[in-house]
Amino acid sequence: MLQARDCTAVELASAYLERIELYDGDVHGYLHVDAERTLADAAAQDAAGTTGLSGVPIAYKDLLSTKGVPTTAGSKILEGFMPLEDADVVARGKAAGLVSLGKTNLDEFAMGSSTEHSAYGPTCNPWDLTRVPGGSSGGSAAVVAAGLAPWSLGTDTGGSIRQPAAFCGLVGLMPTYGTVPRFGVVAFACSLEQVGPITLTVRDAALLQQIIAGASERDATCTGPREPIVVPTAGRLDGITFGVPWAELEEGVEPGIRARFDGSLQIARDLGAEIVDVELPYARHGLAAYYVIAPAEASANLSRFDGVRYGLRVEAPDVRSMYEATRDAGFGPEVKRRIMIGTYVLSAGYHDAYYLQAQRVRTLIRRDFDAAFSSVDAILSPTAPTTAFEFGARLDDPLAMYANDIFTLPVNLAGVPALSLPNGLVEGLPSSLQIIGPSHSENLLFRLGAAFEEAHGFDPVPPLLRGGSS
Amino acid sequence: MNVRRIELTTDEVRHVAALARLGLDDAEIERLGFELQGILGHVATISTLPIADVPPTAHALDVSVELRPDVARAGLTREQALANAPDPTPDGFRVPPIGS
Repeated sequence: MLQARDCTAVELASAYLERIELYDGDVHGYLHVDAERTLADAAAQDAAGTTGLSGVPIAYKDLLSTKGVPTTAGSKILEGFMPLEDADVVARGKAAGLVSLGKTNLDEFAMGSSTEHSAYGPTCNPWDLTRVPGGSSGGSAAVVAAGLAPWSLGTDTGGSIRQPAAFCGLVGLMPTYGTVPRFGVVAFACSLEQVGPITLTVRDAALLQQIIAGASERDATCTGPREPIVVPTAGRLDGITFGVPWAELEEGVEPGIRARFDGSLQIARDLGAEIVDVELPYARHGLAAYYVIAPAEASANLSRFDGVRYGLRVEAPDVRSMYEATRDAGFGPEVKRRIMIGTYVLSAGYHDAYYLQAQRVRTLIRRDFDAAFSSVDAILSPTAPTTAFEFGARLDDPLAMYANDIFTLPVNLAGVPALSLPNGLVEGLPSSLQIIGPSHSENLLFRLGAAFEEAHGFDPVPPLLRGGSS
Repeated sequence: MNVRRIELTTDEVRHVAALARLGLDDAEIERLGFELQGILGHVATISTLPIADVPPTAHALDVSVELRPDVARAGLTREQALANAPDPTPDGFRVPPIGS
């Protein structure tokens, strides 16, 4: 619309701000919106003359530092914290002329699969407001699904882009580890996480990935993509071989999700692809390995929140008591769980049996993927084993919550990329397909995704927003 | 879901909380102790895998890091560094006494 000069950046931003006024009271996807600032940014884009993607609005997960704009990581311990700089991905968005609509809700410190662990209240799924949008990037997904932002950025440590995208009927990319800079992203687990796009279409995901991907001087783990990102066109899949890890899908997948997955496989065959079995024998240990490695890294990363230099401080007579009181008051229950697990598995006497062993499992998972990719172009699985569940359904059992990510976790452990896109509805709730590729295969994933997307014909507008009933 | 649990005494839970600098009250110690026993019971399944010969992977990245030239650059100004401080002074970050 913008590029065709059908409207100005101010008109576009205003339209989204109006929708946010109307609907975000129900959805609660945003934690922070500053209409004045957004309109000023949009006006500046109009004044400069909009070209390319300049003037297009975007929403940012509140784990991404935004200069002069509060960044909470969904936690009370960072309430009111004002970053001194933009995260690299935010700076790149600004350089491309994107206009921020605001910061979106998330599970505290990105730890969760439902956004119920936000210290600022949950976000509701636009497909059914009694259900979770997934997590931890639940706010980023909900605002796009509800038409409160055209696209957004989330982060993915064990599935936190792909699973909320799946629950909300959207496209989500977990990029190859090391292709998008983490400077300015509040750290949870440094060896596992990446920033990535949550969008309405595969094409949009590629466009946004073009903006954010690339090496960074300020992130030594980011060497960027090996080839430029190409925006895909839909086509056939002749000559493509997909691997399906049938053994891993035997248990725990809801029948409706499995039926939609089988539908995607048939589409693949109709488009000329071959489907073969692959074995990922160590993938089933991915959950255990992840829940050793991620909490271990988190326990180290979150040790900086001590009330000294920024964030919440609870006064106490001595510094140690201050640390303890501050952290007890500032962190929610899921964060405390993970810090405790992480501290335990790194502590003397347990480090070898847990942490080192988890790193060995990680090597084996990587080898499983490498072996599979020597005979197939990409691997297919459902993204999430179920559709969006109701609020409270998984809160009493942490392990049940963690099980949401059984298909997404191994991807982060191996550092390979994966694209999630919707493949249908199950009783009115979105179901999704995950396409996993070798390192640096984003262009292939986008091309494959575009082909599936066209064939699936999924409408990403929830009935609630069409004035229909859910 | 695996329902194995591992044994953790209250003292062990308190020890971990102390290492993590978390000031947990008795109810939290009990609750977290219970939850940890379940979660650790599940993740402990990997400790019995016969994979001691496999090299551990700390990091998915296959590249070695390039260093930038060793040239000094400006850092944060004093104002910037103190901008979010709970108790700033002209000299730095004030904290309660170290040691009780």
